[in-house]
Amino acid sequence: MYGYVGRRILATLPVLAIVAIVIFAILHLSPGDPAAVIAGDQATPQQTAEIRSKLGLDRPLYEQFAVWLGSLLRGDLGVSIFSNQPVTRLLGQRLEPTISLTLTTTIVMVLLAVPIGVIAAWRAESWIDHAAMTLAVLGFSLPIFVVAYLLIYGLAMRLDVFPVQGYKPLSDGIGAWALHLVLPSLTLGLSFMALIARITRASVLEVLNQDYIRTARSKGLGTWQLLLHHALANAAVPIVTIIGVGVALLLGGVVVTESVFAIPGIGRLVVDAILTRDYPVIQGVLLIFSGIYVLLNLLVDVLYVVLDPRIRY
Amino acid sequence: MTMVAEQAHAAKLTNAELVQPRRGLLRRYPLVAIGALLLLAVLVVTLCAPWLATHDPQEIDPLTRLRAPSAEHLLGTDALGRDVWSRALYGGRISLVVGLAVGLLASAVGLLVGLVSGYSRIADAILMRVMDGLMSIPAILLAIALMAVWRASMFTVVLAITVVEVPRVVRLVRGVVLSLREQTYIEAAVIAGTRPVRIMRKHILPNTLAPLIVQTTYICAAAMLIESILSFLGAGTPPEVPSWGNIMAEGRTYFQIAPWLILSPGLLLGLTVLAVNLVGDGLRGMLDPRLARRM
Repeated sequence: MYGYVGRRILATLPVLAIVAIVIFAILHLSPGDPAAVIAGDQATPQQTAEIRSKLGLDRPLYEQFAVWLGSLLRGDLGVSIFSNQPVTRLLGQRLEPTISLTLTTTIVMVLLAVPIGVIAAWRAESWIDHAAMTLAVLGFSLPIFVVAYLLIYGLAMRLDVFPVQGYKPLSDGIGAWALHLVLPSLTLGLSFMALIARITRASVLEVLNQDYIRTARSKGLGTWQLLLHHALANAAVPIVTIIGVGVALLLGGVVVTESVFAIPGIGRLVVDAILTRDYPVIQGVLLIFSGIYVLLNLLVDVLYVVLDPRIRY
Repeated sequence: MTMVAEQAHAAKLTNAELVQPRRGLLRRYPLVAIGALLLLAVLVVTLCAPWLATHDPQEIDPLTRLRAPSAEHLLGTDALGRDVWSRALYGGRISLVVGLAVGLLASAVGLLVGLVSGYSRIADAILMRVMDGLMSIPAILLAIALMAVWRASMFTVVLAITVVEVPRVVRLVRGVVLSLREQTYIEAAVIAGTRPVRIMRKHILPNTLAPLIVQTTYICAAAMLIESILSFLGAGTPPEVPSWGNIMAEGRTYFQIAPWLILSPGLLLGLTVLAVNLVGDGLRGMLDPRLARRM
């Protein structure tokens, strides 16, 4: 097992390297002068030249990449063009809201979606199943910000149950913190939940058709024990896989959700960076989010061995 | 990573054969019927925009700013007094064009790369690492980063979303090719001395088509969603283009007093994407009944 885990860790290194190269290439291999792109249309030649020398864009490409990669490995993500602050510091300031939002959303949605999927599979073709799967298709079809505004319109403006927008840090009390996170979490989590519920239903349904389920049932096992210990345990691998893949949806959705609900997190940082063409910040956020995604999926791969003792590599 | 799952998925699709037309096809697959009807309705309405529009979509009227939906303005007016219904009709064209263009472009490029990758081991090692890397960057963020560097236009939006979607097609096609390579009839063709290009065209390409068509519909749906999100965040089609995303982006400031600016184009977009997704689910059911029963 340790050999497998070690090989998996080694296998993520080339992926991380490619991510870094792609992110570097987006700016440097796009047509046009990167300095002019960052400076914008209204910039004077002096401003463009200043940016060029500040970012080292006047040096040869391989040298730029080496310098960039070197500082990256030392944990230095560069300096924001707009605010002149180190990107790592900007990210650090925005960390709490984003972690609060993504972590609570992940936990709540997984806890909701897996039971929904199991029940939909257990009562396949019933109204519960159809209702859950219709909701799932809807969850895939509505743009995330439209979901956000529908929730704001219904639950914040009409019914006045939740605040329209804003964020309260955990230090302001857990009540206010949680209240401000309800609508953003629902928004962010809907498509994630739809994805997990659908896959859970599909994999549990497949397991329920197996012989050992019939055996378990015929020896008089209760429904819950059957569903949890036999069906869900055997369907765990695809479910965990899709949770890992689905995190990409969450990380992308954070950008939109934070921007609609005026949450001062990393997603909001990147949206502001688009408007000011603050490329080092965009690069930093891209690197961090992709890194989180790769590491989470590494974790998923390692979890396989724990979840399914049949898997031996 | 997820490769195992996706390959298994692709392999299952490989065995799918085009179902011969049967009686009661639409009754067997009601999703396709509903989806196709919805999609047809959206197509007709957006194509007939010049006749169905009640106002000039660009006409500014300061006297009728932010009016609620009424008989005169079916979906109300925006902050410049422009008619939202008329703008939404023309906006639909842009969403559909972007969806279709990305679907076709991503499928064509993905098919090509996937075939090469499935056929040549050396190319495969390099190409799949690149695809893994691209897929590790959350889709919306990758598109945003590309649009931050490229000059905003319909073309660059299509290109940026295509870059995001291509790896998914490559994975699919490669999986099909890899599983086909093990089949006896391909081995037989190789032994008989058939040239690789001919094997590709006669045996492999037809087998990839069914899963590829299904994937293309899903890509169209995803592309329309990403386009709206990019425009909404200010990184999409230029603001003067009345795409659904741009209409909604302009409505952000006024949401509390004029919620229809976001909700009506948003629901139209949702309906369109839903229609495309239903067609995709239905097509998958028709092309591979075994898999469809599970999903």
